[in-house]
Amino acid sequence: MLIIKNLKASVNGKEILKGIDLEIGAGEVHGIMGPNGSGKSTLASVLSGKPGYEVSGEATYKGKNLLELPPEERAAEGLFLAFQYPVEIPGVSIINFLKTCINEIRQYRKTGPIPPKEFLSLIREKQELLQLDTNFINRPVNEGFSGGEKKRNEIFQMAVLEPALSILDETDSGLDIDALKIVSNGVNAMRTGNRSFLVITHYQRLLQYIVPDFIHVLSNGKIVKSGRKELALELEEKGYDWVREGRRQETGNRGK
Amino acid sequence: MTESNEILTQLTGSEYKYGFYTDIETDTAPKGLNEDIIRLISHKKGEPDFMLAWRLKAYRHFLTMQEPSWAHISHPPVNFQDIIYYAAPKKKSAPKNLDEVDPDLITTFNKLGIPLEEQKMLTGVAVDAVMDSVSVKTTFKEELNKLGIIFCSMSEAIREHPELIKKYLGSVVPYTDNFYASLNSAVFTDGSFCYIPKNTRCPIELSTYFRINAANTGQFERTLIVAEEGSYVSYLEGCTAPMRDENQLHAAVVELIAHRNAEIKYSTIQNWWPGDKSGKGGIYNFVTKRGICLDENSKISWTQVETGSAITWKYPSVILRGDNSTGEFYSVAVTNNYQQADTGTKMIHLGKNTKSTIVSKGIAAAFSNNSYRGLVRVEKNAVNARNFSQCDSLLMGNRCGAHTYPYIEVKNKSAKVEHEASTSKIGEDQLFYCTQRGLNKEKAVSMIVNGFCREVMSKLPMEFAVEAQKLLAISLEGSVG
Ligand SMILES: Nc1ncnc2c1ncn2[C@@H]1O[C@H](COP(=O)(O)OP(=O)(O)O)[C@@H](O)[C@H]1O
Ligand SMILES: [Mg+2]
Repeated sequence: MLIIKNLKASVNGKEILKGIDLEIGAGEVHGIMGPNGSGKSTLASVLSGKPGYEVSGEATYKGKNLLELPPEERAAEGLFLAFQYPVEIPGVSIINFLKTCINEIRQYRKTGPIPPKEFLSLIREKQELLQLDTNFINRPVNEGFSGGEKKRNEIFQMAVLEPALSILDETDSGLDIDALKIVSNGVNAMRTGNRSFLVITHYQRLLQYIVPDFIHVLSNGKIVKSGRKELALELEEKGYDWVREGRRQETGNRGK
Repeated sequence: MTESNEILTQLTGSEYKYGFYTDIETDTAPKGLNEDIIRLISHKKGEPDFMLAWRLKAYRHFLTMQEPSWAHISHPPVNFQDIIYYAAPKKKSAPKNLDEVDPDLITTFNKLGIPLEEQKMLTGVAVDAVMDSVSVKTTFKEELNKLGIIFCSMSEAIREHPELIKKYLGSVVPYTDNFYASLNSAVFTDGSFCYIPKNTRCPIELSTYFRINAANTGQFERTLIVAEEGSYVSYLEGCTAPMRDENQLHAAVVELIAHRNAEIKYSTIQNWWPGDKSGKGGIYNFVTKRGICLDENSKISWTQVETGSAITWKYPSVILRGDNSTGEFYSVAVTNNYQQADTGTKMIHLGKNTKSTIVSKGIAAAFSNNSYRGLVRVEKNAVNARNFSQCDSLLMGNRCGAHTYPYIEVKNKSAKVEHEASTSKIGEDQLFYCTQRGLNKEKAVSMIVNGFCREVMSKLPMEFAVEAQKLLAISLEGSVG
């Protein structure tokens, strides 16, 4: 699904990603953990095509050179990013926004606009999945939403757009335990067939609900450790300093 | 001559053959402005004497006035002697088919989804196609006639309904009102007239679109709408296709009169040619629009979407004379490249319990300047007057400007006047969020802009709103890297 080789990214000459190698197979869930400032969001941004980075290295997605595509084409190819900080679009209702997005994506895929009935039943189904009240979709995108509502809206959009590869950037932050369960449910419901996920989180809590196949630890722009799901627990116990390059002797509890 | 015949004559290009006074036998008066030109205009239009007298008074007053310089716009001075004040449509200059029309214009038509036949009409191409629309127009006119509704060109109204014209023309915007209104009063060549009789609800939206000849009367248009007691009319001004008009100066006057319990809703989509990307050419649009809520419970509502013109100077206003009357102003003004707009409204509260609402959305891109200028005046007898104003600006890039000039004059203590303003930017983050969901940049901008304008768009009649949305997108094309 996604093969990343020696991916580097810098902003204004400051190197943030310092050579990332990562391979995500179809149907796999990968967790990325790491302390604040380690480059997790930057990785998500670079993969989804946010402008403003000087990027080198390779990223191949479904056999295509991802780094060459503008962000809207990456989206149309099935890449989705659930933002750490979702943006407000005043005056644009969620339903109108999603309909426009779906139709743009369908135009790219040459499948023609979605029939209104099909669209409405899709919306209704996903609304139930994420336990959103009926009026939610008429609200303007993220305008005046609480932190938790914004995150839930991200996962709702993901569920509606049904992407092949979803990147979740700290979707758990700002969610109380009930909301966390609902959101994780939504994600797990989509873990069928060939869909892949890259779940970025600071805490291992989320990974108890969305159980990953692999976990990687990002520190200072590099993946410093990879392993199976048990790695999350170990990290939680020992803190990030445990894996931080060249600082392993230090103690502390930065992961908490 | 009936109006439909007149349209036919104009579109088939039959020229006025008779000269007058001098050796003028062509369809175009010589350049320049003087009393003879005004007499010529009045004569060519077959106007009654009172009209000529009024025009001349306006002209003499105009000579005593100075061009205003206070609006937040700048332009080279207009040479009023370098303008042709009367020109009948010519066949020679009309393109024979769409191939002869500027391809840019056709591209825009296609983006707007304007059918081919209408494209021909709008560019003045077709004769056959027009025959059709004239007959459509005529049947629709018969229907209005049955209800006693008068909807015709201003020229026709002056000839056929002189009493109404005498009573109402200049009653809201007197010829002394301002520089451009005086000029207009002296030299206006055409426009629309609507009269809705007592207790009549006009069953369709009246639109200049049906009055194809309006395409040729752009320069000094004069519109007058009278709604008698208990009547209702919704009027749409302008067609949504961009006008590549060579006339540089447009100075229109619109007057609305609402009697007791009457309501007038006036919607405009203005997209005159804004000039090219470097700021060359384009129309100077200096318009005086004013309505009066004459008696109790009357209502006047202005809705405008302004995307065109090099320079716009326009303040649709309402005089709230009747007790319990209501004035509304909903506006979207877009400026791109080097466009300049100075627009807003005036709400003059005279009667008791009068209410006004102002919602202005300004969008500025590239090097453009977009100003809101609004006056809310509450006179001393206007007990319990209410006003709510909201002025929002949206900036695209760092080189454009948005300015807000709210003027508030309150002479009655019971008045409640509220003003809210905001300025925001289309952020990189917003754009990226949208593109990440599959929208390209242009679509993303148009989505964000339409969201920003939603309150105003929702006031437009349905079909108009759809076209207005497309227009916004087109006028902002290329405004993001
Ligand atoms: N646009 C930017 N300009 C300068 N520095 C940046 C920019 N974006 C991120 N950084 C820096 O890059 C590092 C990684 O940031 P980020 O990817 O947001 O980390 P994380 O998501 O892991 O907390 C931080 O030190 C941050 O300050
Ligand atoms: Mg982050």
